[in-house]
Amino acid sequence: MAQRVLDILQQRVPDAIIEAGSYVGDEMALVERDQLLSVLTLLRDDPELDFSMLTDLTVVDWLELSPRFEVIYQLYSVRLKHRVRIKVGVDEARPEVPTATSLWFAAAWAEREAWDLYGVRFTGHPDLRRILMYDEFKGHPLRKDYPQNARQPLIRRPDAPSTDDQTTRLLANSHDRRTE
Amino acid sequence: MSNDNPTFVPTMLQDAVNWAQKYSLFTYPFATACCAMEFMSTMGARYDIARFGAEFPRFSPRQADLLIVIGTITERQAPILRRVYDQMPDPKWVMAFGVCASTGGFYQNYTVTPGADQVIPVDVYVPGCPPRPEQVLDGLMALQNRIQEHRGHVQAELGNTAAIGYRDRRHLPVLSDGTSMTLGPDERMPKDGRVR
Repeated sequence: MAQRVLDILQQRVPDAIIEAGSYVGDEMALVERDQLLSVLTLLRDDPELDFSMLTDLTVVDWLELSPRFEVIYQLYSVRLKHRVRIKVGVDEARPEVPTATSLWFAAAWAEREAWDLYGVRFTGHPDLRRILMYDEFKGHPLRKDYPQNARQPLIRRPDAPSTDDQTTRLLANSHDRRTE
Repeated sequence: MSNDNPTFVPTMLQDAVNWAQKYSLFTYPFATACCAMEFMSTMGARYDIARFGAEFPRFSPRQADLLIVIGTITERQAPILRRVYDQMPDPKWVMAFGVCASTGGFYQNYTVTPGADQVIPVDVYVPGCPPRPEQVLDGLMALQNRIQEHRGHVQAELGNTAAIGYRDRRHLPVLSDGTSMTLGPDERMPKDGRVR
């Protein structure tokens, strides 16, 4: 049903679309990071597309692949009742994506969550703070190389066994795992 | 009563006080997760925790003497639980309701505290996911026996004299490796910025 959306994108911004396809009825387009904002703006403002609603914004960590992260935008048109999924690849060395808060207000908290849990920075975001974890938390826990046993407690009873040394060691070693 | 046993009257008095305490436990339900449903069942007519004199939940910790930790305690919530415990007047007891409150349960990850006893001393652990109301009543009766015997906290009985204190990591500026636990100034965005 939303194949028409992909066709329009291929016509209007062919350079920006790296890959487009459909899987079990979900239409997806992988776009260039440099042209992400113009593609999203087109999707929102074109009367034939009219994606007025950002349903969700998430990140996938592929760890072994390059680019390592994928930022995923789930869009929905309230008037035309069609959906599309926009993906953009993000390097590990420079995990940055321009913010979509100027297009959809709903992106503000979703981008804070993505920054909190995956460490993808959204440039131009007005208030990019952690939203689920506490400020004292170190690292980004949903990255696949975040050590499972690392504990960063806010308080402990003084007689509880300390996990500081283990956590510090785990966090320090976590970035070596990919080269093993 | 005889003159060569002067502790007889105080002992009897203590027994009476313990008896009164064990049958008028004022509970503070610190309910954070799905176990609260089972707690409601325990409170309700079918299982009727009122039979054991603990039917009256107080929604201020300052008026309660039994803290029931019902459900998962996250690391972010642990300081709140500690503050609630600190606000309760002595004598006070703590029941860990369900495996999450007892050990963290199946949440072995970055966000869940592995047991409420990492933060506060716990007297009774009730296992189960969630526990049946019968288990909760069994745990309550075990606690009542403990109160009648005037044995105090489990932790104190185990020789754990430091059970009352705690430290707050927020007051620690650096970790042992010299790095700060907080975000660096370059990682914070200005808080006064508003979207649109």
